[in-house]
Amino acid sequence: MSTQKTYEPKPYSNPYLVGVGLGLVLLAAFLIMGRGLGASGAASTLVAVGIEKVAPEHAANNNFYKEYLGDGTTNPLKDWLVFEVLGVIVGGFLSGTFAHRINFTTEKGPNVTNKQRLIYAFIGGTIMGIGAKLARGCTSGLALTGGAVLSLGGWLFMLAVFAGAYAVAYFIRRQWL
Amino acid sequence: MMPYYKFDYFGFDFSLVIAFVIGIGFGFALERGGFGNARILAAQFYFTNMRVLKVMFSAIVTAMIGLFYFAWIGWLDLSLIYIGDTYLVPQIVGGFILGVGFTIGGYCPGTSFVSASTGRKDGIVFILGILFGIFVFGEIFPLIEDFYYSTNLGRATLPDALGLPYGMVVFLVVLMAIGAFALAGWGEKVMSKKNWSRC
Repeated sequence: MSTQKTYEPKPYSNPYLVGVGLGLVLLAAFLIMGRGLGASGAASTLVAVGIEKVAPEHAANNNFYKEYLGDGTTNPLKDWLVFEVLGVIVGGFLSGTFAHRINFTTEKGPNVTNKQRLIYAFIGGTIMGIGAKLARGCTSGLALTGGAVLSLGGWLFMLAVFAGAYAVAYFIRRQWL
Repeated sequence: MMPYYKFDYFGFDFSLVIAFVIGIGFGFALERGGFGNARILAAQFYFTNMRVLKVMFSAIVTAMIGLFYFAWIGWLDLSLIYIGDTYLVPQIVGGFILGVGFTIGGYCPGTSFVSASTGRKDGIVFILGILFGIFVFGEIFPLIEDFYYSTNLGRATLPDALGLPYGMVVFLVVLMAIGAFALAGWGEKVMSKKNWSRC
């Protein structure tokens, strides 16, 4: 009898089951808080706080940063989305741990090097940061949350995301396929 | 009455505890779906794995029906649910840019946090990219402020825009989702046989 256990990563769950679970989490946010989920807003708060630390006057003269810094009576990091994202990090880690999917690795297709993949990741992240701020939200805050409350902007945004993603898919297929 | 926070069942500090707990559920679900893995997410854009569409639409349908139900039985004041204003052109342009970043980078903001917390280096680098992108946006913001605030339609919803009752739109979205699920299953079968690298 073998005493050694193997920890193979478990397969991902049924997508429809996950979708219903995610929908119930989103519904809980609506029913308890009156608002949905988000992600990019927390990153914006972090950037605005960073700019304020380095160049307080510069931040104070910029309407974008000001929106995330508040009126100065409370710490801007004491923010609903910042705490929600901390939860996302913990929740992802817990789920990954239970399913043995924690792995210090780089996800990529077979035809690119790790370095190339990381360059793509940084460029993609930068483009996404700009797009999310222009649209006032990301896949979580606008497409998912806005989709569920039947927001016009949310649905048009979602269509535009798929259009943009499919428009460039062919040109960067080497990274993934 | 729901939403509880709007009826002062608890204060701001406790709302942060709720934020953290709801975030755990959100992150847990994303990881279960495979969204901490850029290859799964990117596969959506090559029609080889339609998990993104399946999870996203089933989540939207679940939450949408839930909202409709609790409003219908009178437990929820739907008008107190936050709906952001629609800024037509900036949101469509921003969405397109975000979509481009999605295929190039392999993540969106929420999924990149899950990816990073499960050890993916590309997820960590992607987050650094997001922070840099937001910084770039902040720096050019004074130049694009007019565009950013253009075409404001207020708290616009699909029922308003289509001139249909709320319940009818809920029903149509459910039908559309079922259609999308059927198409997704068919697309996966067809596209997984095709060798894209030779195109």
